[in-house]
Amino acid sequence: MSGPSLMDSLFQRTLEDLIKGLRQQLIGEQAFISKALEEIRKEIKSTDLSTKSTALLKLSYLSSLHFHDMSFATFHALEVLSSPRFSHKRIAYHAISISFHDSTPVLLLITNHLRKDLSSTNEFEVSLSLQCLSRIANVDLARDLTPEIFTLLSSNKLYVRKKAVAVVLRVFEKYPESVRVCFKRLVENLENSDPQVLSAVVGVFCELASKDPISYLPLAPEFYKILVDSKNNWVLIKVLKIFAKLAPLEPRLAKRVVEPICDHMRRTGAKSLVFECVRTVVTSLIENDSAVRLAVGKVREFLVDEDPNLKYLGLQALSIVAPKHLWAVSENKEFVIKSLSDADPNIKIESLRLVMALVSEHNVAEISRVLVNYALKSDPDFCNEILGSILSTCSRNVYEIIVDFDWYVSLLGEMSRIPHCQKGEEIENQLIDIGMRVKDVRPELVCVSRDLLIDPALLGNSFLHRLLSAAAWVSGEYVEYSRNPLELMEALLQPRTSLLPPSITAIYIQSAFKVLVFCLLTYLMQRGSTASSMFPDNLPSAVSASVSYESFDDLSVENVVDATDTHGPTCTSASITNESIVNLLNLVELALGPLLGSHDVEIQERARNVLGFVDLTKLDLLNSSVQEENDSERKGAEASKTIELMHGAFSKELGPVSSSAQGKICLPDGLMLKENLGDLEMICGDIDQPSSNSFSFGSPYEEKGGVSFSNLQIKENSRQSNESTSLLAEHRKRHGLYYLPSGKSEMISNDYPPANDPMLLGNINDNADDLVKLTEESLTPKRKPNHAKPRPVVVKLDEVDEKPESKEDSLSGAVHDVLFGSEDIVPTSSQSNLSDMPSSKRKGKEKQHTDSHVESKENLVDHGNPSSRRRKHHSHGKERRHRSPRKKNAEERKDNGQKLKEKSSHRHGMHKSGQRAEEPFNFSVQTPVIPDFLL
Amino acid sequence: MGIRFILMVNKQGQTRLAQYYEWLTLEERRALEGEIVRKCLARNEQQCSFVEHRNYKIVYRRYASLFFLVGVDNDENELAILEFIHLLVETMDRHFGNVCELDIMFHLEKAHFMLEEMVMNGSIVETSKANILTPIQLMDKSS
Repeated sequence: MSGPSLMDSLFQRTLEDLIKGLRQQLIGEQAFISKALEEIRKEIKSTDLSTKSTALLKLSYLSSLHFHDMSFATFHALEVLSSPRFSHKRIAYHAISISFHDSTPVLLLITNHLRKDLSSTNEFEVSLSLQCLSRIANVDLARDLTPEIFTLLSSNKLYVRKKAVAVVLRVFEKYPESVRVCFKRLVENLENSDPQVLSAVVGVFCELASKDPISYLPLAPEFYKILVDSKNNWVLIKVLKIFAKLAPLEPRLAKRVVEPICDHMRRTGAKSLVFECVRTVVTSLIENDSAVRLAVGKVREFLVDEDPNLKYLGLQALSIVAPKHLWAVSENKEFVIKSLSDADPNIKIESLRLVMALVSEHNVAEISRVLVNYALKSDPDFCNEILGSILSTCSRNVYEIIVDFDWYVSLLGEMSRIPHCQKGEEIENQLIDIGMRVKDVRPELVCVSRDLLIDPALLGNSFLHRLLSAAAWVSGEYVEYSRNPLELMEALLQPRTSLLPPSITAIYIQSAFKVLVFCLLTYLMQRGSTASSMFPDNLPSAVSASVSYESFDDLSVENVVDATDTHGPTCTSASITNESIVNLLNLVELALGPLLGSHDVEIQERARNVLGFVDLTKLDLLNSSVQEENDSERKGAEASKTIELMHGAFSKELGPVSSSAQGKICLPDGLMLKENLGDLEMICGDIDQPSSNSFSFGSPYEEKGGVSFSNLQIKENSRQSNESTSLLAEHRKRHGLYYLPSGKSEMISNDYPPANDPMLLGNINDNADDLVKLTEESLTPKRKPNHAKPRPVVVKLDEVDEKPESKEDSLSGAVHDVLFGSEDIVPTSSQSNLSDMPSSKRKGKEKQHTDSHVESKENLVDHGNPSSRRRKHHSHGKERRHRSPRKKNAEERKDNGQKLKEKSSHRHGMHKSGQRAEEPFNFSVQTPVIPDFLL
Repeated sequence: MGIRFILMVNKQGQTRLAQYYEWLTLEERRALEGEIVRKCLARNEQQCSFVEHRNYKIVYRRYASLFFLVGVDNDENELAILEFIHLLVETMDRHFGNVCELDIMFHLEKAHFMLEEMVMNGSIVETSKANILTPIQLMDKSS
C-alpha cells in the first residue's frame, strides 16, 4: 500500500502541471480531464496529506472552471482541514467553500474544526475559517458558533474583526436568535472610527436595512454621523443606500438628510457617488423639489456625456423620476428620443421606456404613429420591443388612455403588417378583447379584420397566425357590420388558408359558418320583403329582419338594428342576389369538401357541420327560388326557419369574462367534484395532459347560470402535411377562379418594405433627427379642450385584487427586541395593529367601486339611442352581476382589508406614529428613540 | 446580498475564475455562465457596460483579453462596481506586475485569496490595496 502511495506522491502532477497539460493536450479536453480525474480519485485516498491536498487543489480547479462534480471529495476535504499546516488548510477551506452547501451530509462534522480555528491565535487561520463560514453557514453552524463570533466582534486585531463583522450577516440570516447576542457589539463597531471595520459594518447594515428598514430607524443618528463625516466613497454609497430605505419611513429624517446629500452631490468628483446621491433623491426624497431639481441637473450631465455607461444610468434615473416628475423627462426629451437610435440596444430600450412614460391620453396617437414608423426601420428585436411597449401601454388598465378606438384598432391592423412583427398573440388578445368590451368600435374592427383576412401574404407569416384567428373570429362574430359579407366569405375560404395550423383553420370554418348564416338570412329577408311587398321601399334588409323576428329573439334583432342605425346605408350595401347565394353555397362546398378528410378532428367536425347545414338549406332555397308561389311558401319557410334558428344561436352577444368569474359560480347541490376527480386522478395519474392554451368566452348572461361557453380553442401544434393538403393543391389548380383577384394581392404586397432595408446605418441618424422634429410638438403635453367624439363605453369587470400575505419575519423581530431593549411593550409588527384601524381605507375603496359602477351605468343609459329595451336589459344584467359578487365577497373583502391594514401598518408603522401621536398605546416605545436625533 | 458572483472570462468564452456568493449547482452554474458570456461578449466598445439578466444586473469590463463580469442585485451601484473591478485589476497588477490572463490561470488560488480579502458575503469589505496584499505577501514569505 505504501509503495504505490509513495510513487504517487513522487510523481504526482501538481496543479501547474495539470494546467499546462490541459493547454497542450492532444487527446481532447474532455478526455484529458477525465484521465486527470481518475488520477485525482486515486491520489485523494492517499494517507499522505500533501498528496491529498494537491489532489484536492486540482479537483477544486476542475470543479470551479470545468464544472466537474467534487461532492465525492467532501470527506477528504475535512481530512485535509485537520492538517496542522496552513497551506493545507487553505486548500481545504477553499474546496469546502466551493463544494459544501446546506444538504452536504458531512457539514456538521466541520463544526469543531471551525471552532478550533476561530479561536486560533493565528489571525490568518481565523480569517480563513470566517470566510468559509460566510459561505457555508447553516442554522446549526450559525447557532453553534455564535459565541465564537461574538468574541471575535471585539477582537483587537482589526483584520479579524472586520471579517467577523462581515460574517455576522450570514449568521443573523440563518439563526435570528444570534441577534440577541451579537447585535450590541455590531452597533458598537458602527461607532468605531477605524475605516476598515467601518466599511464592513456599513455593508452589513445596508443589507439588513434593505430587507427590513423599519427596525434600523433608531440607528439613524449613527448613520447620519457617517454620512457627514466619512470621506470614503464606498462607505458613503452604502450609507446612502441605507437612507434611501429609511427616509420614506420618517418624514423628519428625510428633511434632515436632504442637505448633506445635496452637499455630496455638489462637491464630489466621483461619478459613482453622484449617481448614488441622484438615485437616493429620486427614489426616496422625491417630495423635496430643490433636491430633485439638483438631481435632474446631474442626470442631464450624465445624458450629454460621451460615456455610454453614464448615458444609460441617466436614462434609468429619469425613468425612476418619471412617475412623479414628468417635467424631468420632457425637459430632456431630445436626448431621450435621440437615444432611441443609439448603438446600444440597452440604451435604446431604456429610452423607449421613457418615451412610453410620456404617453398620455392627448398624445398617444402622435407618439404611437412616430414609434410605429420608427419600428419599420429598426432591427427586428427592437421593432418588437417597440410594438410590445405600445401594446402594453395602450392596453394598460383596460385601455385607459385610448379615446379614439377606431384609430387604435386601425393601428393594430397596421402593426400586424410590419414585416418583423412577432406580436401576433398580443394583438390577437387585444382585438378580441376590444371587440367584446367596446361596442362602438365593432364596425371599424370588422373593417380592419377584413383587410387582414383578405391579404394572402399575411398567411405566410407564422407569427401572425394567432392574429388572423382573431380577425376571423371578429369578422364572424360581428358580421352584421360588414360591408360585404360575400367578400369576407371568400377571404375566409381562400386556398392559402391551408397554411394555417389546424386550430386556427377550425376558427376560420366557424367564422365562415356565421358569415354564411348571416348572408342567407339577409337574402331571405330581401326576398321576403320584395315578394310580400310588405316593405315596398328597399330598406336595408336587416330592418325587415327585425320585424319578422321580434318574437323570436329580441336581443339579436336589436343588434342588427343598431348596426343599420349607426352605419345605415354603407352596411351590407352589396345586395345579395339569387346568383350570389348560389355561388356562395358552391364556394362553401368546394372549399370545405376536402377538409372532411382532414386528420384534425376539430376541422373535420366543423366542416361537416357547415356542409350539413348547406345541404339542408340549399335544396329548399334553390327550389323555392325557381318554383313559384305555392310551393315556395312552404319550403322556403322551412329553410328560413333553420336559418333563423342558426342565426339565433350565433347572435347572442359575448362579453368579457372576469378572471375571477369561476370563483363566483356556486356549486350545485349534490355535485361532489373532489370525490369524482379523485377517482379520475387515480385512473389517469400517469397520463400527461396535453397543455393547451385555451381561450374562453362566456356570454354575460350565461355566466351567472354557471355555464361557461368555450368558443375558441387555440392549440399550438403545427399541421402535418398529409394527403388532404396535396388534394387541396390539386383542387386549387383546377379551380383557379376561387383565388382572390391577383391584382389586389400584388398591390398590397407592394406596400411591404423589403425585410432587409437597404438604408440602415447611414440614415439612422437622419431618422433620429426626423424623429426629434416629429415629436417636438407631439411630446409637449398639450391640452385638447374637446375631443371630436366622446370616448366610447368600455366594459370593465370588477377585479378581485389579491393581497399578498404579510409574513412573519423572525430576524426583524429579534432586532426589534434588541434595539428596544427591555421595554414592556414590544412593538413587533404583528402587535402594532391592535388599535382599531380607521375604516376609511376600506370605505374609500368601496366608494370608488360604486362610483365607477354608477358612472358606467350612466354611460350606458344616456347613450342616446332609443333602442332602449336591450340597453335596459344590459344594464340590469350588469347591475345584478355587480351586486351579487359584492355581497358574496363582503366578508372576504373585510378579511382582505384587515390583511392590508396589517401589512401597511407593518410597513408604515413608524410613519403613522408621527401622525397619531395622540394614541398613547401604540408607539410609546419607539417615540423616545427618534427625537434624540431629530432635536 | 449585493454581489452575487464574480467571473473572469477570456475572449474565447472560457471561464478563468469563478467566485459565487450563493450556492448554485454545477448545472445552474454552467447554464448561467453560458448565457452571460453569450450576452456580454457580443457587445462592443461603444455599448454600455451593464446588462440586465434574469432578475439581476451584470456589470462588466474588459481588460485586454479578459472580461471581468460581476453579477449584482438590482439596487447595487453600477459605477461603484466598475470601480471595484478596476480596483481588483490594479491590485492584481501590483502583485503580479503587469497582470495577464496567464497569471490568473496559474495563480488562481492567489486571485481567489485577493477576492476573499475584498469581498465577503457579497459585500465589499476592503478597498485598500495595501490591506489586501499584506496577508498574501506574508504568506508568500512564510511558505
